[in-house]
Amino acid sequence: MLKNKIYIIFILVFALLMPIGYFTGLVPINTLTLWGRYFCLAIAALGVDLIWGYTGILSMTQALFFCMGAYGMGMYMTLSNLPEGQFLPSFMVWNQVTELPFFWVPFDNFSYALVLSILVPGVFAGVLGYFIFRKRIKGVYFAIITQAIALAMFLLFSRNETMLGGTNGLTDFKFFLGFDLRDTSVKFGLYILSLLALGLIYWYCHGLVNSKFGKALVAIRDSESRMRFTKYKVTHYSVAIFMIGAMIAAVGGMLYMPQTGIITPGRMDVQASIEMIIWVALGGRGKLKGAVVGALVLNLMYSVFTTVLPSSWLYILGGLFVITVLYLPKGIVGLVDQMKEKLNSMFVKTA
Amino acid sequence: MLEVKDLKVSFGGLVALNLDTFSIRKNELRVIIGPNGAGKSTFMDIVCGKTKPQQGSVKFKGLELLGRKEVEIAKLGVGRKFQKPSIFSGLTVYDNLLLGLDGPKDVFTSYFYKLASYDKDRIVEVAEKVGLIDDLTMIAGSLSHGKKQWLEIAIVMLQDSELMLIDEPAAGMSDVEAEKTGNLLCDLSKKHSVIVIEHDMKFVEQIAIEKVSVLVRGQMLTEGTFQEVRNNQEVIDCYLGSANSAQQKAHS
Repeated sequence: MLKNKIYIIFILVFALLMPIGYFTGLVPINTLTLWGRYFCLAIAALGVDLIWGYTGILSMTQALFFCMGAYGMGMYMTLSNLPEGQFLPSFMVWNQVTELPFFWVPFDNFSYALVLSILVPGVFAGVLGYFIFRKRIKGVYFAIITQAIALAMFLLFSRNETMLGGTNGLTDFKFFLGFDLRDTSVKFGLYILSLLALGLIYWYCHGLVNSKFGKALVAIRDSESRMRFTKYKVTHYSVAIFMIGAMIAAVGGMLYMPQTGIITPGRMDVQASIEMIIWVALGGRGKLKGAVVGALVLNLMYSVFTTVLPSSWLYILGGLFVITVLYLPKGIVGLVDQMKEKLNSMFVKTA
Repeated sequence: MLEVKDLKVSFGGLVALNLDTFSIRKNELRVIIGPNGAGKSTFMDIVCGKTKPQQGSVKFKGLELLGRKEVEIAKLGVGRKFQKPSIFSGLTVYDNLLLGLDGPKDVFTSYFYKLASYDKDRIVEVAEKVGLIDDLTMIAGSLSHGKKQWLEIAIVMLQDSELMLIDEPAAGMSDVEAEKTGNLLCDLSKKHSVIVIEHDMKFVEQIAIEKVSVLVRGQMLTEGTFQEVRNNQEVIDCYLGSANSAQQKAHS
């Protein structure tokens, strides 16, 4: 019963009340854009949940894949926003670059940019995953290696020589596919698009975890050796889910880009990936609902607390994490079940 | 079926297993007994690819198993049940069995898998055999220890392996449960070769319809029928301990 309730509430609030509020002027468009951005982060969190919650692989590269998607979209937007007569983004001109680097060229075309923004993180994750999983590296060691890679990529993207805007990242966009990004109806459209994407990806993940493939993932988490002795090639499964998780994160990043209007390497550092893991841990790992709830609740709290008490956020986040580890092993989503159980047992005792 | 020659394993200088020769026939049920640390589980670990020996050869249906990976060995037809029940504790009993079911196990097949009715029939059939038919919707981790053992045996059964390595199936079971397990194993040996490791003598007596092998300190002490083994003075010494036991002899 609870299962359906949470979906109904979600759809009611975000697909009905929010748009109505917007059209009647009660909810400002910026609130909607904010939620649109949270949806994108929730999409990335779904990927974390598939990789970590279901398969038990603690990966620190999810924010990197998210950023790869965002950078892909950012490159397209940079090129499509060039003023008349200018053929190079300004930051390249300042660096005395005379010709557009080869890897920028396909991003002039929207369809290529769309495909590449998903494909590049996917292939990157595939190659990375193959070499790590083949050696049966897991647990803390996997976390440390991916953390090192996230840091290396952060440093690489921060360099001016990488031709991706260095620490300033990519920004200053006015148009997206010919639409004016300052236009409120465009902002509203992006909000709806993000909501739809979250819904679709959630539905996809739901099918995935309930398929035999999804069961195999949980089985790998529970007993990798039993999987091997039952003829499953664990490496292939791990690589597959790592790639799927990366591509899901990239989709989130691509949608995030036009709504935020800026992407910098700061979004892909190790801390960003750890934050994503905390969202899932707080929401409830191993449950898709948990990933979405965690991402939305924590980002909302982040916005609220950084406005009200700017310096307190890290303490609050840390405090919440401690509470989760100590008292809520199944996260916020599991709390409801826990309370139900307690009520039931109390009822049984008195009766 | 399975032929082992000159197998030697040592962990950090300590010889865990030093097996000159060991073989079993097709559809044979072999019981291996021996005191703790005799190398029984290590032997199974080597056959199924979990542990790498220093030297020797393990041939299964004429093919060398050493040097192959676990998945390859499993695909050749070797199934393993571990001493400590190794099941997928977060999944339901039914899903455990579904994953155990024989068939293509690559990523794409699983991804696009649709449950076929004969697959379901097979799962139900095996669940009935091991007595888990009423627990199909239970989460495997919440099963009793005995039922976890049965579930793992069921996963091995569903793989339809020609050679089944069963490590301490009756541990933690009541007498009634153990007897049921014994019947199940005897039944399995009609169509499969089965090697069972066990401590419980009552259980061994039930399933030792053929030969019993006694491992002591990594070496094969004797092989024979249950009666022969039970009356063997060396075996008695090993288990009960005596001033001149074979265990100490092997040690010196």
